[in-house]
Formats: sequence, C-alpha cells, structure tokens
Amino acid sequence: MITLNINGSNREVDAPEDMPLLWALRENLGLSGTKYGCGVAQCGACTVHINGEAVRSCVTTLSRAAGQKIVTIEGLDDDISRRIQDAWVAADVPQCGYCQSGQIMSAHVLLRENPNPTDKDIDDGMAGNICRCGTYQRIRKAIHMAAKK
Amino acid sequence: MHDIHSLTRRGFLKAGSLAGGGLLLSFYLPLPAKGRGLKTPSPTLFTPNAFISISPDNSIKILCNHSEMGQGAYTALTQIVADEMDADWSMISVEPAPANAALYACPAFGMQLTGGSASTNSEYDRLRRVGASARSMLITAAAREWQIDAALLHTENGSVFGPAGKKATYGELVEKSAGILPPKPEGLKLKDPKDFKFIGKSLNRIEVQSKINGSAIFGLDVMIPGMLVAVIERPPVFGSKVKSFNPAKTKSVPGVKHVVQIERGIAVVATGYWAAKKGREVLEIDWDLGPLLNSETLRTDYLELAGTPGKIAAKEGDVTNTSGAATTIEAIYELPFLNHAQMEPLNCTADVKPDSCDIYIGTQGQTIDQMTAAKILGMNPDKVKIHTQLLGGAFGRRAIFDGHITAEAVQTSKAIGEPVKVMWSREDDLKGGYYRPVSLHKLTASIDKNNNPYSWHHRIVCQSFIIGTALESMVVKDGVDTIAVEGASELPYAFPNVQVEWHRGMNLVPTLWMRSVGHSYNAYVKECFIDELATAAGKDPYQFRRGLMDNHTRLRNVLDVAASISGWGKALPAGRARGIAVHESFKSFIAQVAEVSVSNDGKLTVHKVWVAIDCGPVINPGNVRAQMEGSVIFGLTSALYGNISFKEGKVEQSNYYDYKMLRINEAPEVEVKIIDSTASMGGVGEPGVPCVAPTVANAVFVLTKKRLRQLPFPANVRS
Repeated sequence: MITLNINGSNREVDAPEDMPLLWALRENLGLSGTKYGCGVAQCGACTVHINGEAVRSCVTTLSRAAGQKIVTIEGLDDDISRRIQDAWVAADVPQCGYCQSGQIMSAHVLLRENPNPTDKDIDDGMAGNICRCGTYQRIRKAIHMAAKK
Repeated sequence: MHDIHSLTRRGFLKAGSLAGGGLLLSFYLPLPAKGRGLKTPSPTLFTPNAFISISPDNSIKILCNHSEMGQGAYTALTQIVADEMDADWSMISVEPAPANAALYACPAFGMQLTGGSASTNSEYDRLRRVGASARSMLITAAAREWQIDAALLHTENGSVFGPAGKKATYGELVEKSAGILPPKPEGLKLKDPKDFKFIGKSLNRIEVQSKINGSAIFGLDVMIPGMLVAVIERPPVFGSKVKSFNPAKTKSVPGVKHVVQIERGIAVVATGYWAAKKGREVLEIDWDLGPLLNSETLRTDYLELAGTPGKIAAKEGDVTNTSGAATTIEAIYELPFLNHAQMEPLNCTADVKPDSCDIYIGTQGQTIDQMTAAKILGMNPDKVKIHTQLLGGAFGRRAIFDGHITAEAVQTSKAIGEPVKVMWSREDDLKGGYYRPVSLHKLTASIDKNNNPYSWHHRIVCQSFIIGTALESMVVKDGVDTIAVEGASELPYAFPNVQVEWHRGMNLVPTLWMRSVGHSYNAYVKECFIDELATAAGKDPYQFRRGLMDNHTRLRNVLDVAASISGWGKALPAGRARGIAVHESFKSFIAQVAEVSVSNDGKLTVHKVWVAIDCGPVINPGNVRAQMEGSVIFGLTSALYGNISFKEGKVEQSNYYDYKMLRINEAPEVEVKIIDSTASMGGVGEPGVPCVAPTVANAVFVLTKKRLRQLPFPANVRS
C-alpha cells in the first residue's frame, strides 16, 4: 500500500511503486479529470500539482509522489483557480476539452508565480501543453483575463 | 405513418410521434449511460419526439444525434431546437442520443455519423421542426387546460402565456401534454429568422463547465463495474498476421488476467493499464510479415505513375493543344501520410453478455459500431447499445468503415467473458494506420502571350479509402474516387483548357479521411501552383486569382474581404511578407492571408492569419471563430511538422516528440471575419484547414523566392 496525499486527504493505493501517478489517480482513485495523452511528458494533459509545482503525472512514479501534497483538477479551489476557470468560461476556451485540465493546472502555476504575465510569459509557461484543437489564442486571452481580475 | 400512442408513466416510455416531417417513427427513452453518474429519469416526462424530453421541474433534455468532438455540435444543434421551442436556455442539458439509425440517422449520410462538416447544415431544417413541433404541442396542452383558443397563446422563455396573465411553464404542462398529437408537418409554423433568440448568438459551449473542472467524461474515462483494461499488440507491419505467440512471461506479470488472440492481434487484459502495458512488453509473438513498404519506394512508384495519363476527373477544352501557350510551367508537389493525433488516444469499452452488448465509446459513427458488434456477436443490432461519450478530438479518426476500434473491444470482451476497456497508447494510435493518404501531384499550366490563363493540367496520384466500402457507389464516378480529387476537380479559376486526372495508388497502408480530407492536399497544390502561375504572369497573386473568378462570386467575395482586412498591398515591416489562398469546401467559402517572416537561417514565423468565411447563415458565430482559429493551428501543424513515413514496413514516428504538434509559443494570432450571408448553409469544422498551408507557403515565397512543393516544410525554408 502506498499513501498519497491528494486534494487534502490521504488515500491508500495498492499498486507497484514504479507505476506512474497518472494511473493511480485515474484507475485506483477514479479521478479521471487528469488525462492520458502521451505517457512521455510531451503533451501536458496529465499535469497535476505536487507541492505546488506543475508535474507530468504520466512520468511521476508513485514512490516519488508518496507523501507529497498532490492537487488534481478536481481539487482546485483557491482564488487563482476560480479566476482561471471563470476566464476559461468567459473566453469559451475549450473545444474537445481533453487537454484543458492540464492547461488549467499549468496556467495556475504560471499565474501564481507571475500574476501579470505578458504574451511571451504565457507562451513560455504554457508551451508544455499541447492543444490539438488549437485553442491557444483563447488560452492566452483567458490567462490575461484571469490576471486582471 | 405513425400516429400517437399512449404515454405510459414507467421508466420506459414509448411514444410514437410525428415530428421533423415524419422522420421519427418511434421513441425509446434510453436508460442513462453507466459510468456517467446520471440520475434515473423522472417517471413523468413529456417526450414530444425523439430529441426532446421535458421534466416537471422545467428541465429540458436534448438528445443529440451528433457526437461532440470539439466542433460544437452539442451547442449549435441545441440552439436550433431551443430557439424554435422558445425554451429557457438555462434549463437545457444535452445527452448523446442512443444508436438508432431509424430515429437518428444524419440526413446527409443515411446513418448515424458525425462528419463532413455536415452536422449543422444537414440537421438545420429537421431540428427547427423538432423544436417547433414541441412548442406547438405545449401550446395545445395549455389551450386544452385553459379552454382557450390556441391562437390566443404565445410562448417565451420556457412558458406558455395566455390572456389575462395566464402562464404555465413547460414543466407544469408535462402531465397535461399526455395524448397531445404532434402537429401535421404541413401545418407547422417556423419562426421568422428575425425573431431568432438563440440562433445567430455566440452562446458559450453548453458543456463548458464540465471541461474546465475535470468532470467531463470521455471514452477513456469510462469505468463500469468489473471492468478490466486491455492493450492490443497489433501487427508491426500493416498486413502481417500472428503466426504464433507465447503468453507465459506476460501471464506472470502481476495484474495480468488474460492473454487472448483476436482478429487484429493479441489482447493483454489486466486489472489496469499499467499492468496490461507491462504484460505486453514481454509478450513473445512470431509475426508473418507482409510486404515491407518504404516511403522512398512508394515515392518512386508514384512519380512513375504521375508520368502516365490517369482517369479523367475533370475536362474542359483540350490541354494537349499547346498552340496558344506562350509560357508553360511545370511542378511536382508531394504531401505525406498524416496521423490525426487527436489528444484522446483511441479506446472502446465493451461489455458482452449472453444476449446483449453495451459499448461505451467516443465515436463519430454509431451505426457502424452497432452493426460491427452485432455482426461479431451474431445479435440483432438492437441488442447492441452504444453509449456515446465525449470525444477528445477526432478529426475523422473516429469515423471508420470497418469498426475496428469497436471490434477489438467486442472480440476481447467476448473472449474473456468480462467487460473490458481496450486502450490504445499514444504509440499504438500514431502507428496504427488509417492515415490521411500520401499524394503526389504533377502539374502543368500555361499562360498565353497576353499573360492570360491558357491551360491547367493536374494529375493526382493517391490511394482510395472509399473503394471497397459501402460508400463506393456514392463516391466513385467513372472510376474516379471523387473524394480523392475533391478540391482539384472543381477548379474555380477560368481556364479555356483544363484537365484533372487521378491515379489510384497502391493500398499497402490503411488510410482514412482527416479534417478537410481531399481538400487538405488538393487545395495546397492548387493554391500554390496558381500562385506560381501568377508569378509567371508577372501579376499580383490576389488580383490574378480575382480576375479568374467571375463565375464564383461567393468565393471571390471572401477573397476580397480577406485582402481588405489584412491590408493586402499595404507596406509591411522589413522582413515580413503576406501570402494568400482561397478555397471552397464543405459548402463554405474561405480565403486567408498570412503574414510571415523568415530568419536568416531559414526559420519560419507565422505572425498572423486573417480568415474570411462565408458559410451562409450562422448558428453560433463564436463557434465559427473557434473553428477557424483551431483550423489555422491544425493546418499549420501539418505544414510545419506533419509526416508519417515508412522504413522496412514500419512507421518511423512514435509519439509527440517525433510527430510534433504546434505549441502555443508558435501559434499565430488569428483574425476571423464572418460574412453576413443568407445564402446556403455550409460547414465550419473542416473548411478552415485547406487554405492555411498554401497561404503560408505563398508568403514564404515572397521572402525566399523558393516554392515549397513538399510538405511538411523543411526546418530551413531557405534551403
């Protein structure tokens, strides 16, 4: 059994230590908001926060995640999160929506570290997250909106 | 013709009804999909037809017969219904319709299929009638209740209003609506478009909340009780077969439950994805390999074919008569295989039981999936329930003729006797075939001594994914696959001599439509080569095109608008240039202008793309813009990076590190101008794609004087 601290509570997971956190979240704990896109830290769909940092859960083993503070899209509930999610709705960002959990988790870290990012800051901070539907322009807009509030 | 049948107040309601011009024959209210956490439906509902269900609490459920894959069908189609029924938008939710071709076939295809940018324009008339019919029935119910002439009543925002302040919400009329007959189609009154309340408005995507908080359920998220997870080891080379396999090592991996052979390979079934993946890594299979394709060989073969006459797809005048040609240019264009690379890898969950089967899948083709499963299981199709999930992108990859995604899950569940989710890894998806076909084009064009167009000869070599399928009789004309030549065979430019030909390339690789399909390569070739001819004629590429489009006024108009909003002809900062392209596809008319720069070492930057679109009447302008913005990214991704190649039969690319996607730091600004139009309605999901690559390539030429005749572009566009 591995103990994971997820969204503020401890959860027991019966899984091998080398298994990526992504699969524990999705399959063992039913937190399916974190998505599988590539499995090799290329697309960012699986982004979660570990101790406040944006981390690709598809390449983060359970042994590394154990005992750390993990936040998933389901656990976002602070002021930055609300501003981001409101802005995402106002700009009608999502299309298929599959990558958006990861986009929002990355945007959260960006805005916490840089409350008023420029377009360049946004491009740098969000370049690890692929959106195949091509919602990038609206992501930029939404992050600016979330920053201004 | 079916008339009314009594509404029963049980969980299963069957209401024969007539709406949508007699298209609806009966209505079976589906149970909520497993794994979606839906409430049991209220026992008292008013279901005026197969698309609408109204609850006493005033909530309205729309059963949408088109899949939501990001293109906005759930929202746009609901806007149409809601407008005609005067619904309260805040009370509406959407659920996927069950698979039932008799009720829900797309009018454009005759089966339940989402594609061809056809959802909105093919359903517009029917769904207006669906909404208007429900509204009429609610008015009838209120008139009966109040004993007032229906003509004195009106509806607004989810309620019926009568004289002297009488009011009843639609929810309050649910019980009173029992036994009300739908109006006869010929008596149905539709709104005057000036009274539209939702149609034409940029309403937010109806499922947007679920897509910002992680609660949206895609196919890959489905969990049903007792479900196992499988990965399939598929042939390393297309066409190869399993000779033998040894499951011993795989079975010793903790969590692995079964190793079974299915039609397309070996399924490793485990308690979860990680165990299944680990098990597959140690699976020993001896394959009987098929022919080993090499991209270089394929290219040589295609080049040879391009040197010989093909089947005629279009002909005007005589291209062999060169008497009037003063200047002739020739070129070969080449475009690669492409993978759809939708963000959600392919998957399907199947639960095969002795006399029924449940399938959970994000699919574009419910009818095909249902028929596929029914055939494998020897069941009637109505025993196969398709629970359509949200699609994490599709772009055509989830609309397949052979139903292989479903077939794998059904065969695996059948073999093990348990419910199973078959998951494709990113690598499985990328190497799994069903690509946009590779194509090679030989072009010859000429101008006369006055620099006017004289001849246009375009020879296309590419394989057909239509021949041999159910669509062959509809699509293949005089031996030509009209999808393979679409966008080339209807040249919008006036040339006295035109010939377009097609050679069918060999089918060693399974291919498929991908967002904008034949237009994705033919528009590139057409729009780049007309640019070459403009250069040969010494004319401005916008004005040259414009002068040849007298018979294509909608197309010419978007060209003018794109030129105007982009400031065509005006001075640019040093080192920048514009390119232009125009194309009609999926009944919509689009022109684009790109502004680019190229560094000294040949690195291309696309700064901005302007899009002018005439798609006729617009349901949701915000979504049209979103589709144009996304199409620019999609087209640019293909232009810069898209390439699936083969070596010794194997696909050379694996994942997003060698099959790259455009990222936010490379994404240009996109400005969209939607033409105000009452002309025929076109699509918006695909037609934004074809112009992107040629627009950019034509701009690059201005800076480098090099034509980019091969996609993807080289990393150094000056090379």
